[in-house]
Amino acid sequence: MRLTQGTFSFLPELTDEQIGAQVEHCLSQGWALSIEYTDDPHPRNTYWEMFGQPMFDLHDAAGVMAELGSARATFPGQYIKLNAFDATRGVESVRLSFIVNRPATEPGFALIREEAAGRAIRYTIRSYAAERPEGERYP
Amino acid sequence: MTSATVDDGQEIQELLSTLDAELVGLAPVKTRIREIAALLLVEKLRSEVGLSAGSPSLHMSFTGNPGTGKTTVALRMASILHRLGYVRKGHLVAVTRDDLVGQFIGHTAPKTKEVLKRAMGGVLFIDEAYYLYRPENERDYGQEAIEIMLQVMEDQRDDLVVILAGYKDRMDRFFQSNPGMSSRIAHHVDFPDYTADELLSIAQLMLDQMQYRLSDGARQALVEYIALRREQPNFANARSMRNGLDRARLRQANRLVESRGGVGATLLTRDQLMTIEEADIRASRVFDQGETVEISS
Repeated sequence: MRLTQGTFSFLPELTDEQIGAQVEHCLSQGWALSIEYTDDPHPRNTYWEMFGQPMFDLHDAAGVMAELGSARATFPGQYIKLNAFDATRGVESVRLSFIVNRPATEPGFALIREEAAGRAIRYTIRSYAAERPEGERYP
Repeated sequence: MTSATVDDGQEIQELLSTLDAELVGLAPVKTRIREIAALLLVEKLRSEVGLSAGSPSLHMSFTGNPGTGKTTVALRMASILHRLGYVRKGHLVAVTRDDLVGQFIGHTAPKTKEVLKRAMGGVLFIDEAYYLYRPENERDYGQEAIEIMLQVMEDQRDDLVVILAGYKDRMDRFFQSNPGMSSRIAHHVDFPDYTADELLSIAQLMLDQMQYRLSDGARQALVEYIALRREQPNFANARSMRNGLDRARLRQANRLVESRGGVGATLLTRDQLMTIEEADIRASRVFDQGETVEISS
């Protein structure tokens, strides 16, 4: 099941050229790019691991693309996303965030039912991938 | 696409003529820029008719004595290369050893990479680059920074241009101990010392920018000043001219204030405020024939 998180996630995979164009747009807006990765696809997993530090004061997408290249080389089978942070006063949050790398197979989520008090049923989801320990989830 | 090419040629001509007007002397530097401009134009024409056109390597090394304009030219190089269409953004990132080399193990690589990422699409200018390599300390992290830079200079030469600058003898020693760096730099440009005439026109240019002018006597005094100053130690070409002019301005200001008997007396004319007189220059210690040596700053 294809994970749909962040911008562009219902589109076909962006090519590197398209990613570069998006990065150019972010830089032209004065946003700082950062790269994050994870192998836990749960939608509530908000805080992914940072790959290096956020890249401030960049002028050209080439720097971000080089960093993305090394992130893909290090974690080829994990989710990697690009975040664009807008530091404008009053905004101070991520403006754009999209997945740029994903595992070859995404097993999807199981629906978990839990019997609660008074015959109530509580539902939650659990990724099949997360049944294995961190770092071994995607072959 | 003939019209576009003609426009390109014209723009490059304009670029070169402004360079000629704004930079005094520096013939080897201007020749090299002209050659690079011609090459980039030919490459563009070649690709239009379907011939192979590999982008040339434009990493440069500027060597020369103090005050010969290395930093000034490097600052311009970014915008020149941008207008020639070689670098995409045309900004300049100026760094020294402190910005590249870390303080402990594992600190250098991220620091150097961050600087390189900032410079992508523009020009990375490393002033006094010979400080990167310190042979007396074998555990110095400078070598690590050099290796990371070499890698990027080779793999991403479309993305950034690296310019190293420094004094001639120390840069030569730097390149001798880092042959990899020397061979990856296509353009070794040597900045010659200025002649007396060139120094005079540089001084004139500086005065024009500061909106001052010389009286006839002062001009003659300045010619003599240059001749004497060049013979003295610690002569730093254009930088010495700037320092000398700054001191002449100090003396001029002092003279004006004294001449009107303290602040608040008669108004000074625009002409007086602009003119540097002979006495302002003659008062320099340079004319005391070698008794004192300027502490260059």
